Amino acid sequence: MRRIYFDHSATTPVHPLVAREMDHFLTGDNFGNPSSMHYFGRIALNALDEAREKVARAIGASTGEIIFTSSGTESDNMAIHGAAYTNRRRGNHIITSAVEHHAVLHTVRALESHGFDVTILPVDRYGMVDINDVEAAITDKTILISVMHANNEVGTIMPIAEIGRLAQERRITFHVDAVQSFGKIPVNVDDLGVNLLSLAGHKFYGPKGVGMLYVRKGTPWKQTMLYGGAQEHMRRAGTENIPAIVGFGKAVELAVEKIDEESKRLITLRDRMIKEVLDRFPHVELTGHPNLRLPNHVSFVFRYIEGESMLLSLDMRGIAVSSGSACTSGSLEPSHVLLSMGYPHEVAHGSLRLTLGKDNTEEDVEYFLDVMEPIVTRLRAMSPLMRNSDANIPAE
Amino acid sequence: MKKVYFDHSATTPVHPIVAEEIIPYITGKFGNPSSVHFLGREVRKAVEAAREKIAQGIGAKPEEIVFTSGGTESDNMAIKGAAYANCRKGNHIITSAVEHHAVLDTCEALKEEGFTLTVLPVDKYGMVSLAAVAEAIKEQTIVISIMHTNNEVGTIQPVYDIGRLAREKGILFHTDAVQSMGKIPVHVDDLEADLLTISGHKFYAPKGIGVLYIRQGSNWQPVSHGGSQERRQRPGTENVSGIIALGKAMELVVSELEEESQRLARLRDKIIQGVLERIPHVHVNGHPIKRLPNLVNLTIEFVEGESLLFSLDMKGIAASSGSACTSDSTDPSHVLLSMGISPQNAQGSLRLSLGRDNNDEDVEYFLDVLAPIIDRLRAMSPFFQQNMIRLRLD
Ligand SMILES: Cc1ncc(COP(=O)(O)O)c(C=O)c1O
Ligand SMILES: Cc1ncc(COP(=O)(O)O)c(C=O)c1O
Repeated sequence: MRRIYFDHSATTPVHPLVAREMDHFLTGDNFGNPSSMHYFGRIALNALDEAREKVARAIGASTGEIIFTSSGTESDNMAIHGAAYTNRRRGNHIITSAVEHHAVLHTVRALESHGFDVTILPVDRYGMVDINDVEAAITDKTILISVMHANNEVGTIMPIAEIGRLAQERRITFHVDAVQSFGKIPVNVDDLGVNLLSLAGHKFYGPKGVGMLYVRKGTPWKQTMLYGGAQEHMRRAGTENIPAIVGFGKAVELAVEKIDEESKRLITLRDRMIKEVLDRFPHVELTGHPNLRLPNHVSFVFRYIEGESMLLSLDMRGIAVSSGSACTSGSLEPSHVLLSMGYPHEVAHGSLRLTLGKDNTEEDVEYFLDVMEPIVTRLRAMSPLMRNSDANIPAE
Repeated sequence: MKKVYFDHSATTPVHPIVAEEIIPYITGKFGNPSSVHFLGREVRKAVEAAREKIAQGIGAKPEEIVFTSGGTESDNMAIKGAAYANCRKGNHIITSAVEHHAVLDTCEALKEEGFTLTVLPVDKYGMVSLAAVAEAIKEQTIVISIMHTNNEVGTIQPVYDIGRLAREKGILFHTDAVQSMGKIPVHVDDLEADLLTISGHKFYAPKGIGVLYIRQGSNWQPVSHGGSQERRQRPGTENVSGIIALGKAMELVVSELEEESQRLARLRDKIIQGVLERIPHVHVNGHPIKRLPNLVNLTIEFVEGESLLFSLDMKGIAASSGSACTSDSTDPSHVLLSMGISPQNAQGSLRLSLGRDNNDEDVEYFLDVLAPIIDRLRAMSPFFQQNMIRLRLD
């Protein structure tokens, strides 16, 4: 059976060149602990330093500002928890948005039960945060703003540079989760005006089990999550995951190298997919912003169909997609992102996310569209909601 | 040049069979285990199979295994999660002076937050006494964390007795089994552990993967927040290839344990005997019997540890003078100091930790290389000169 992977926001395959570099550090003399002072340790330390340089270069940082972690989730937790407690004397107010990843939202919620005040900013129907809302939320107790660069469920790109300028003016620490945007749109820490920025390797053809937290020099931030060793300049304890860090470095390099041309290619595919779906199927709506969205991100709500049913039907035909984010799948809760964009529960349940990647082609999109037609027809024929709506409401 | 790796307590090479097993999960099978589609399901199955292997290896149930990014994270999670979950019941934590910094520093951080802490002393072998634990326990004690075996001197702690005492008193017991896994039996019931830490890169799996065992029914809470992975106990997309590797490595070390530890103990004793025969003014640190089969810690008087390591390194021998993760600092080892060894002698310590690729030839090469290095370094040492004069005068 033909297999198509349209779930690159959940995770990506490791790039063959990345895998090759990693293999190198899984065999031979390259297994050392970078803290060891002998030959084996030095090889590992060199590899670590080189990867750090690649990452720093790619996001416009200096090497001392890069901390390797085990995931995007860890980076988000570390960033927010650390900033909150380091600034505790200055204030206790944290601002974030309703559409953040749970790694941010749940961390902030946990702080709320420890005496922090939290403002969760609303979003508009595109999932966009309004800079005026950010400004209005700021008080003299505000110590941290955390807003994601691009949303994982609907692909909307937030006005990060504007928020960054505002945060800088008010001397508020600004964290950005760039897990989904990196490799798809430019991520430069100065252009975005961030103090803290999270990345996860497995979202841009690097391996799982490695992430990064950028900490701008001079940011009032101390690590408060993981104690024990002197690694990562005393900011992230634990023996470094060298093969994965090497892979991360290579993946970063590759992602930045081809970003312009690859984004253009993906935008073409994306827009074709969006147009065709909206043309071919009634009662479907694009979710997220029509233009200010990730080049590889397509997301819809299909009325009168369960997202999960579409997902399973497509899966049977070899097409891997998702209905919301992977890490909350399995739960029957509708997406908090769609709900906060104003979609009612029953509509949010019909969400379908298709996220494209480097191996996807024009033919993949065609194949998907062909396969999708009978699926939609069949599922809607089975839907009692659809029948009711046909009887009562004229088509939109 | 001949290369001899005698630093397996710092990290180990990935076992070739383990490496082979994980390559497909780096190249082809890349799904996110939380994804519902075929790529997700295929990977989910492999992750759960690995979890079962690990559970089996330590006598646990699969649902008691939580994957982490390493030993440090597991130690942090274990102690913080236990402390926070029980903070209404009490606020007292007991640990020992010879723990890894992942435990000690976590306990110190909790102390800053208002918990109270007892750091138990050890005897000259680095051993914690059960009586001292019993004495330290108070009404408010909620967590005891004592490592299974020490990473610097290899001493095996009376973990079973401590665990039983903790259970009697209704106190959560955590043990760091990072160094013992694969060298001596690690079984959660035999150790009476509620929480137990292991780290993949210490037994031929890659770096960046660890486990926290959490006994069912333990009052413990997660310490980081995010997705619902690992039964909501540890968020973040799973390090799939690391997990697969850990499963395989566990299977391998457990199946080879008995034979391999006998082999290593023989090599270890050959080193000890050889060094003691050939070089004067040498002491063996750690317990003479209750010790890891693969680890030797020596104090070589009148020699500075760093120069010794450097000289060995030039001859292709990789060793260490304590734990790797503190080797940045030039402070003498907190473990040796708490065993009553003088700072000067602690500086001259040499740790040799053996592994599956080491053989008799390596040991002989090391012994041949060591004696002339020591002679040369001592010839340069003013302390040694003074000492020799004193000896002659005596
Ligand atoms: C006893 C002990 N605990 C914890 C650790 C930390 O493990 P990791 O380096 O995997 O974080 C180590 C290794 O350095 C260790 O020896
Ligand atoms: C926006 C965003 N932040 C954070 C994460 C968490 O990353 P990881 O699963 O690597 O911990 C994800 C991915 O699931 C994400 O999409």
